[in-house]
Amino acid sequence: MRSATNDNSGNRLTQMSSKDEQIDGTPYEGSRVEQSNREVADLAGQEYKYGWSTDIESDTFARGLNEDVVRAISARKGEPEWMTEWRLQAYRAWCGMQEPTWAKVRYARPDFQAISYYSAPKQQENPKSLDEMDPKLIETFEKLGIPLNEQKRLTGVAVDAVFDSVSVATTHRDILGKKGIIFCPISEALREHPELVKKYLGSVVPRGDNFYAALNSAVFSDGSFVYIPKGVKCPMDLSTYFRINAAQTGQFERTLIVADEGAQVSYLEGCTAPKRDENQLHAAVVELVAHAGATIRYSTVQNWYAGDEEGRGGIYNFVTKRGRCEENARISWTQVETGSAITWKYPSCILKGDNAVGEFYSVALTKGCQQADTGTKMLHVGKNTRSTIIAKTISAGRGDSSYRGLVHVAPTAANARSYTQCDSLLIGSQCGAHTFPYLDVRQPSASVEHEASTSKISEEQLFYCQSRGIRPENAISMVVNGFCKEVFDHLPMEFAVEASKLLSVSLEGSVG
Amino acid sequence: MLEIKDLRAAVNGVEILRGLNFSANAGEVHAIMGPNGSGKSTFAHVLSGKAGYEVLPGSQVRFQGRDLLELPAEERARLGLFLAFQYPVEIPGVTNANFLQTAANEIRESRGLDKLDALDFGDFLREKMAYVNVNPVMADRFVNHGFSGGEKKRNEILQLAVLEPSLAILDETDSGLDIDALRIVSEGVNKLRSPDRTFILVTHYQRLLSYVEPDFVHVLYKGQIVKSGGKDLALELEDKGYDWIKEEVDSNG
Repeated sequence: MRSATNDNSGNRLTQMSSKDEQIDGTPYEGSRVEQSNREVADLAGQEYKYGWSTDIESDTFARGLNEDVVRAISARKGEPEWMTEWRLQAYRAWCGMQEPTWAKVRYARPDFQAISYYSAPKQQENPKSLDEMDPKLIETFEKLGIPLNEQKRLTGVAVDAVFDSVSVATTHRDILGKKGIIFCPISEALREHPELVKKYLGSVVPRGDNFYAALNSAVFSDGSFVYIPKGVKCPMDLSTYFRINAAQTGQFERTLIVADEGAQVSYLEGCTAPKRDENQLHAAVVELVAHAGATIRYSTVQNWYAGDEEGRGGIYNFVTKRGRCEENARISWTQVETGSAITWKYPSCILKGDNAVGEFYSVALTKGCQQADTGTKMLHVGKNTRSTIIAKTISAGRGDSSYRGLVHVAPTAANARSYTQCDSLLIGSQCGAHTFPYLDVRQPSASVEHEASTSKISEEQLFYCQSRGIRPENAISMVVNGFCKEVFDHLPMEFAVEASKLLSVSLEGSVG
Repeated sequence: MLEIKDLRAAVNGVEILRGLNFSANAGEVHAIMGPNGSGKSTFAHVLSGKAGYEVLPGSQVRFQGRDLLELPAEERARLGLFLAFQYPVEIPGVTNANFLQTAANEIRESRGLDKLDALDFGDFLREKMAYVNVNPVMADRFVNHGFSGGEKKRNEILQLAVLEPSLAILDETDSGLDIDALRIVSEGVNKLRSPDRTFILVTHYQRLLSYVEPDFVHVLYKGQIVKSGGKDLALELEDKGYDWIKEEVDSNG
């Protein structure tokens, strides 16, 4: 560990570590860390449990994208004029943008004209109850462990189920409604609460923010909308479950969560997709708005289909997630990323108000031929703002994981504090782990810390467990879960158990 | 219960164990002593199934009626073999309680016994901790993580107590211990001695043997057991060093 001081601005940068890093914010090539440990090599993939598809009649648009398609999506949703115009402006912005290439991922660029931008299961327009819903849909979600029937649900979690391009059911709305909480598909919010959507949509992630966000803004079909009124603490966790079913379609969901002054909410997101040989595109946008004194906890367990051992198929996951914190507000992102062929995702916080707090806790696992470039941005604007980043990266097989994070401290952010810890764990000899931290500190009273470590599951650890009677698969799972403990501790209880199981299953068969 | 015939093992093509013969009965305590580089740790590692050693053809090790050498390390442990490490390994984020519960349940499962749930195992663990004089807070600490040398060794003894092996091999358990820690560890071993449990104490020095009295002492040199005797042999070695044995062997050899 070494200490570094940025003399130009007099910023205090304490505990800079790892020689891979530099502090002036320019990109650089991270070193590929490799492990030659034959004992734990040959990481094979566990069969993907959610790879089946539902045979259901769908209303799917022809492939291709142009202004007419954007208008057609908007019309299909019965959107107001201003929304159609908003989408068209996003589309025009997108047409002039280039797909970003700076991430450390390699893949065949999607042909955006070969994708269908809208697919919805054919069902009655707005089913009033589950009785009116296609039983195949209910069955699909039950099979995924997401019963939509409220009697069967775990108490304490309300669910919005999104199938391909549309939301098919939202549970527990009556209970939430009594507290003034709005939790509904965003397409419905556009009809029922247009003033709220208009006020906040694009206010954190502008429609021309980046290539994928612009594409999403033009063609997004559904997603969840949450509004928690002033001073209300949401009585249960809210959850959206995303399922891509149709072939050759993309999923472009849009989530908007607004916590008014002093409100509190915990939101969970889960996702799966069938196994298909071609890649499918998932380009989501999530916007969080935490007003003064509000708290939003956003947890994700991402388990999209990752492709097969040879790297065929799998989801391209290009996601823009960002939250804005006003005074004394707190946004906490916790993510467990185990799926997708390609992950490109940087849940971020704009710490605008004084004393705002941003947190990012992440576990990213790549195996097979998966690649992930993920991390966060913490933008300190207000005084006394604080951010904490704990990123755990696990690479196995031929997986390649990168942490990429920016800590920006603006001149206005007096006494800002930021702490980053990046740990990488390698399993096998063909995987890679990289760290790309960018620090941009423009306020001398700020304190920014960064620590990084790379380790591997050692032969010694494995043998130690084996000598106690523990089989190698369980030993690996135990060591990996121990490595992720600091992040899992931030997940809601059931999600933490789920995440821990998911990691174990993902790593099964990882010892040759 | 343990019978070793002509055990030969090599590391990177260099033969370390060169025709080792050894046998032990239930309830006996054997000390394996020898100068540095004689193959003591290799012996302990080969018996417990550590990778990286090439066991050469013709070697025979029978344990509880099974051919030990064909079993992977975890199956040897389930059969009742335990190795206390010279350098216990750290596993951050995994509590001792979780680690031991996982291990104990895998062993129980292999023997057709029901797994213990967290509550039952917790009771069992507390009982064992009290028995070998280990502070109960150790249950919630991460496996060996940030432990002092003495704490690590005591943790090994705790594991021994919990996993209840029929053969316990202690690899240089006395190394790096101050006199108090040595006494505590020795007390643990003495308490765990039983007619059903065999101990093999691998050690360079005699001092552990002042606290744990062995039934037999063997001298390992150049990969073979060159001398065996009672506990007096250890005192003789302490007094005279290993040179006289080396001379005896080298002049005959």
